[in-house]
Amino acid sequence: MSTENLLQVTGLKKYYPAGSDLFGRNKRYVKAVDGINLTIRRGETLGLVGESGCGKSTFGKSVLRLIEPTEGQVIFEGQDILKLPPSQMREMRKRMQIVFQDPYSSLNPRMTVFETVRAPLDAFGIGTKKEREKKVMELMEYVGLSPYQMHRYPHEFSGGQRQRMIIARALVLEPSFIVCDEPVSALDVSIRSQVLNLMQDIQQERGLTYLFISHDLSVVKHISDQVAVMYLGRIVECASRSQLFSNPQHPYTQALMSAIPIPDTERKRKRMVLTGDVPSPLAPPSGCHFHTRCPYAAARCAEEAPDLQETEPGHWTSCHLCGKLKQKEGTR
Amino acid sequence: MKKSYWNDVVKRFSRHKLAMIGLTVIFLELICVLALPLLLGLDPYSIDSAAGFGAPPGGIHILGTDEVGRDVFARIVYGGRTSLFVGFISALISLAIGVPLGLLAGYYKGAAGVLVMRLADVFMSVPSMILVLVLVAVIGPSIESVTIVIGVMGWPQFARQLYGNVLAVREKDYVQAAVAIGEKDGRIMMKYILPNAFAPVIIAFTFSIASAILQESSLSFLGMGVQLPQASWGNIMYAAQSITVLSKRSWLWLPPGLALLITVLSINFLGDGLRDALDPKTRL
Repeated sequence: MSTENLLQVTGLKKYYPAGSDLFGRNKRYVKAVDGINLTIRRGETLGLVGESGCGKSTFGKSVLRLIEPTEGQVIFEGQDILKLPPSQMREMRKRMQIVFQDPYSSLNPRMTVFETVRAPLDAFGIGTKKEREKKVMELMEYVGLSPYQMHRYPHEFSGGQRQRMIIARALVLEPSFIVCDEPVSALDVSIRSQVLNLMQDIQQERGLTYLFISHDLSVVKHISDQVAVMYLGRIVECASRSQLFSNPQHPYTQALMSAIPIPDTERKRKRMVLTGDVPSPLAPPSGCHFHTRCPYAAARCAEEAPDLQETEPGHWTSCHLCGKLKQKEGTR
Repeated sequence: MKKSYWNDVVKRFSRHKLAMIGLTVIFLELICVLALPLLLGLDPYSIDSAAGFGAPPGGIHILGTDEVGRDVFARIVYGGRTSLFVGFISALISLAIGVPLGLLAGYYKGAAGVLVMRLADVFMSVPSMILVLVLVAVIGPSIESVTIVIGVMGWPQFARQLYGNVLAVREKDYVQAAVAIGEKDGRIMMKYILPNAFAPVIIAFTFSIASAILQESSLSFLGMGVQLPQASWGNIMYAAQSITVLSKRSWLWLPPGLALLITVLSINFLGDGLRDALDPKTRL
């Protein structure tokens, strides 16, 4: 696999103002995305995991500027897209697309399948009318929709079929990068693997790069090359899939891993159960965001936010106790 | 092409009894107003001195004559033309002003939204009848001026209605998806937002016709609307400003009053039916 970086995100932040006092002082912010650094190599899939409300979707949409980030850099194919004026940003949209989570709300109910898939071509005025039609038909067949369905409206389709339409719409401009924002979590389990496999096939055939957002570790394990774990707006751990799943280092990742059900009644294992709820992003804990729920938390964790550190080649963790934790486990 | 949704709308509408009654009444009224003058050779202007002034119903004047000897029935039919024309056209004018303003205000929010919506508040907080009276007095009363003034004054209804809907629709995922695939603002508004926010505007349109008809009648009743000898339901009832007419000559004001009542009721039923029919959550 090539080592060229397709996307490089540096210090990305998205703060939502959340009111202030009567005189406009003491402004408070929801720090949905709080300084994220990530790189995605061309042709690879980065899986982004985290529980609901941790800012995964906000991050995905900020990368495409569907949500305007507060601060940071997003370098895509060598250009900082956050600095592009609107007209150039629009051109850039040919190269980067998104597949949304909810296939029921991300299709315009007043446009037929055919119009929906053709819309990106219309928007950019690509090709003649005939060429567009041909391309739409090809793509629809490619994602597994029959041409006789093309003049139907979205509500006449099932969730899986709608998600195929959305994938076709994302592919029609031939982008190099697609943000997949929980593309299968709204689908029936039986349909999930079909859509996932379709997405994998497309990636291999077209050399696409994915940012795959999910809360489902088994889905991420299935599709990712790299995995990043997010907690309250920050990345806590980032590594290759095999490293992360065989040797999770951050206590939060360890807790997530131990929550994956294993269909084997014989096998016993220690479960690491987190207590309490996710703290409010409006008032995140000081220091390491995770220290309020971390079983190993030390005094330092409440004071100082840890940086991402390379704990083994290609494996980055943000935890003060990383090295020491292993020893503790060993001595127990 | 847009079969299923509009099929359902038609189905729901046709099962709405009051709405079907309203539709029939309006339809019949339109036919009467357009065809009767030609078929019966009605003349609302000529004075029949033989029948006399303020003659009670009977003979060739089935609703009697007014106090200058004109046939009341003919005047009601012609008055219907005026009322329906003024109602429909001024509602169209309100729509044509209010819809673009509401759409832009809702889509761009911020300064545009504040500007448009506060302007709408200003328009709505002034008693419209007084403002309309003043404007008509300045421009000079006639069918055209009344239509235009009522139409221009009615835009805030549409703007507010649409503004609210646009605010809701623009947050939908498919609008964000439209941005992601590179659609421009104009097309996002016209193809993604307006079609999904327009149904309540159709309903507002019917109610706007009814209220325009009422406003025109009120103006004409006060003598500031459609001017004599042209007929409108309001200025036929103008005669009822005298106590003797009100108590002794009910044929002069009761028929146009009933016509007005039935028309406005029918249009409102029609609007109710449309509201139920356009709402996909209403059971078939």
